[in-house]
Amino acid sequence: MWAAILGASLGCYLLKVAGLSVPGRILADPRVERIGGLLPVALLSAFIAMQTFTVDDQLELSARVVGAGVAVFAVWRRAPFLVVILAAMGATALVRALA
Amino acid sequence: MFTGASQFALVSVADNPVAGAASAIMLGTRNAMYGLRLTSILRVRGARKAVAAQLVIDESTAMAIGQSNDDDDDGRVGFWATGIAVFVFWNLATLIGALGADAIGNPEDFGLDAAAPAAFIALLAPRLRGREPWVVAIAAGVVALMVTPFVPDGVPILLAAVVAVVAGLRSPR
Repeated sequence: MWAAILGASLGCYLLKVAGLSVPGRILADPRVERIGGLLPVALLSAFIAMQTFTVDDQLELSARVVGAGVAVFAVWRRAPFLVVILAAMGATALVRALA
Repeated sequence: MFTGASQFALVSVADNPVAGAASAIMLGTRNAMYGLRLTSILRVRGARKAVAAQLVIDESTAMAIGQSNDDDDDGRVGFWATGIAVFVFWNLATLIGALGADAIGNPEDFGLDAAAPAAFIALLAPRLRGREPWVVAIAAGVVALMVTPFVPDGVPILLAAVVAVVAGLRSPR
């Protein structure tokens, strides 16, 4: 686990240095730029889907679905980051308490 | 590792450290793209560049680009002020969380497991401008969900990354 943390930390840092160091040409390649823009979109979406709809690697509707729904609503209403998270946590906790 | 989405990603796939590290690094690729925009604003080299690099995150980049017009120092000030402020308070809060974790009982009772997806939703939303990101986001989410019951932890995330790469290579614009 610590190897993964250190490796990922190093990788993330080196990417930042690379961005400030590499002459624009390589990273400014339109394909690299497009993939760079789409990677976070795909990864974030996959994380959201999995954390919302799976429990222990199985598809399952849990209280978290309600929390995610509240988060989507809060983001749509342009709520601040912290409010989005607290609202999602609160909704999820409430559903669990009532269930 | 000072880049929030990558931290969350690594923790989320903690059962499979290799995939966790890979997705953390892939989420960090956008910081390299930010660096491209920032070089002309910051104009740093040597040791200062090594420090500046660690502060390249969503927030500091947004402030630097938002504040910079032509030649003035506002962009640079915005970058350093935002970067340092977030760095200090982010890590302080992380430390508090690490020390206080045992004091709070069962985290599911107050919905802590909903915090990460909510954070990701807030991070994803501003990127969904135009048709292509929506298509990629939905495709990646569906792919990840469909394969989750059948493949080892972390693999769904890597397949989602493949979706982005394929989409990026295919759509010429």
